[in-house]
Amino acid sequence: MSTRTLPLLFINLGGEMLYILDQRLRAQNIPSDKAKKVFVATVAEWIEEDRKRVMNDIITTMFNKKFLEELFKPQELYSKKALRTVFDRLAHASIMRLNQASMDKLYDLMTMAFKYQVLLCPRPKDILLVTFNHMDAIKDFVRDTPSILSQVDETYRQLLEIYTSLSGGEFQLIRQTLLIFFQDMHIRVSIFLKDKVQNSNGRFVLPTSGPVPYGTQTPGLIRMFSCSGEEIKRVQFRDGGNYTAALREGSFELFGDRVTKLGTNMYSVSRPVETHMSGTSKNSSQHTKVNTLPNPLAKEELNLLAKLMGGLEVQKPSHTDSGFRVNLFATDEEEEEALITRPEELSYEVINIQATKDKQANAELAKIMGEFTEAGDSSPSSSSKGDDLLAMMDGL
Amino acid sequence: MAKMYHKEKSIQIKSSASALYNNLSVLRIAPRCLTYFTVVHANVVNMVSASWDGLNYSHRQLQSKEGNVATSSSLIMQAAWCVLPSRDLLVLTSQKGIQMYESDGSIMVYWHALDTPETPTAQAVFARGIAAVRDKYICVGVSSGSVLVFDVPSKGSNITLSEVLEEHTEPITDMASECSGSMECIADLVSADDSGTLCVWKSGGDFQLLNKIPGFDTSCSSVKLWKGTVIAGYGTGQIRLYEGVTGILHAEVNAHARWIYSLDIAPFTGLLLSAAEDSLVRVWHLTISPETNNVEIEHLYNECVTDSQICGAKFCDGDGYAFAVTGYDLSEIIRYTQA
Repeated sequence: MSTRTLPLLFINLGGEMLYILDQRLRAQNIPSDKAKKVFVATVAEWIEEDRKRVMNDIITTMFNKKFLEELFKPQELYSKKALRTVFDRLAHASIMRLNQASMDKLYDLMTMAFKYQVLLCPRPKDILLVTFNHMDAIKDFVRDTPSILSQVDETYRQLLEIYTSLSGGEFQLIRQTLLIFFQDMHIRVSIFLKDKVQNSNGRFVLPTSGPVPYGTQTPGLIRMFSCSGEEIKRVQFRDGGNYTAALREGSFELFGDRVTKLGTNMYSVSRPVETHMSGTSKNSSQHTKVNTLPNPLAKEELNLLAKLMGGLEVQKPSHTDSGFRVNLFATDEEEEEALITRPEELSYEVINIQATKDKQANAELAKIMGEFTEAGDSSPSSSSKGDDLLAMMDGL
Repeated sequence: MAKMYHKEKSIQIKSSASALYNNLSVLRIAPRCLTYFTVVHANVVNMVSASWDGLNYSHRQLQSKEGNVATSSSLIMQAAWCVLPSRDLLVLTSQKGIQMYESDGSIMVYWHALDTPETPTAQAVFARGIAAVRDKYICVGVSSGSVLVFDVPSKGSNITLSEVLEEHTEPITDMASECSGSMECIADLVSADDSGTLCVWKSGGDFQLLNKIPGFDTSCSSVKLWKGTVIAGYGTGQIRLYEGVTGILHAEVNAHARWIYSLDIAPFTGLLLSAAEDSLVRVWHLTISPETNNVEIEHLYNECVTDSQICGAKFCDGDGYAFAVTGYDLSEIIRYTQA
């Protein structure tokens, strides 16, 4: 559908990923007895500098010029699998390492958070404000590093240029395209359950009260006119909701108040990242239904993906040590457990990518993949699709 | 408010409804005591045939397979039954083109490919908005703003593109033909677009533009034509009633808190159904005032489908005795009948 969807999907998911990683990195940084439990041997010396470096490395990669050039070209959305592959690569753009279970959890959290924002944004156009909230936060992450900041600003300019002139109808098409992408995903997220914005069946709560979207009148009034245009009758009706007048419109400028809170950072040290996987319960009807029909789009899509991934450089750790590992779970045991109990249908079957330009980077990637395997390996059973991609990317 | 409708047993569908305008189509096959339903899920159309006694359901899924198998499978924008005096057809519109099937979905009788660029352009390409007009026409809207008029023979697959109407400059959102069956109405067809512009047409060998009602920069996502009155639902949640031929605005209703996705009218009773992203379905009553000949609208009923952004709502019969609803991510068709 809309060929303008991919940049918004990527930037917003990327923004959510950064929020989560930032919160985990900060949590692992607290030298209290409680927090010690989550320490893994290699991160004992976690310091503020490392957190900044990880964030900077990922943001640098995310806003790589060549990569964004490809991203902003009009194109169809990738499949869930292909996009997951992009984010696996992005998450490992720094010296930080995530194992399969933590990566799965990270991706679930990112996608459910953005699904929530897309579903709840008052007008389709407000998806842009959600994106600006993410961009504003990303700028704040790199405020001390001018070179990265200018990279992010460049993308900001591109967003403003392309999107601010689009009509409401075009934004609705973008929103509908995103909702097809997120369709049938009902993973329960504890922060949403606690806030009572998600039901135990994984569906989001839709309020029938509060302010109406900007440009909309509160429901309840019928006005009738004569042939000459005079108002001849005015009738109120009971609308069944409890709506109030619209708030002012959020700013679609480079700076300004976005008004909506959707897309801002909902995590903090006191509101940590956790998930309840709907997969660990028995009610399998809520799981993502995987379309079993063969996807003839695969080949075109992989071509595009290969091109896109060419722009995603993987950082080589300057350390000789193996970098450090971040755990999205409270303890290592939980992480292992999650990997074992994750239901088959929630498995993303990450595409293995080994295509790289030089041997050094190749070794680096092999290490990343090693990291995945180490984690108990229900992982990369490379599908035929993955093999195709490998072949194609090796041929580059 | 008295409970006007009560909820019936839902019909399960094979895959959930996508968030697309007018994402439910209903066809009553009275001689066989059956009702057909279609709901679009990404690149698949779910089709259910339900017996009126509620005992038998049969399912079929149609893929958006294109003329050329080698090309990719595309997303479907809309599926709708078109009822012509001689035959019923199921029409699917997608990013690649328009497919017409026999009404039971068994045989594809016609395929029209859209001009799709080699590499995707900023302007998405798709067809959306389907209407059967008078004796033999099926009209389909396109993202370029064109309205394609197909001439459909009473039998067989010799369907031809007879005319292309170029009045809209924005993507077509929906189309509707006069549904009252009255031969007195001059206007046969109304088309709506993303800017809210409405075009009112008279059908014939050459379609004639009767009136162009300007929009106000808000998408008109669903439109109906009843006894010469254009009923239009917008992204702002408003419903507007225009006299089609003159463009006179007769009523403006602040109907919903969010984007309207579907309107339907029961032609025999003048009941109007509206449904939106705000999870509400409302039933209204339209009457033509005998003195002034103006159309009037009255609110009758609300139904909240909790936590569902509604994407399809249709009456199941010409009186508005029953209606059916679908919502984004829901794998069921929810039905309501008059209490």
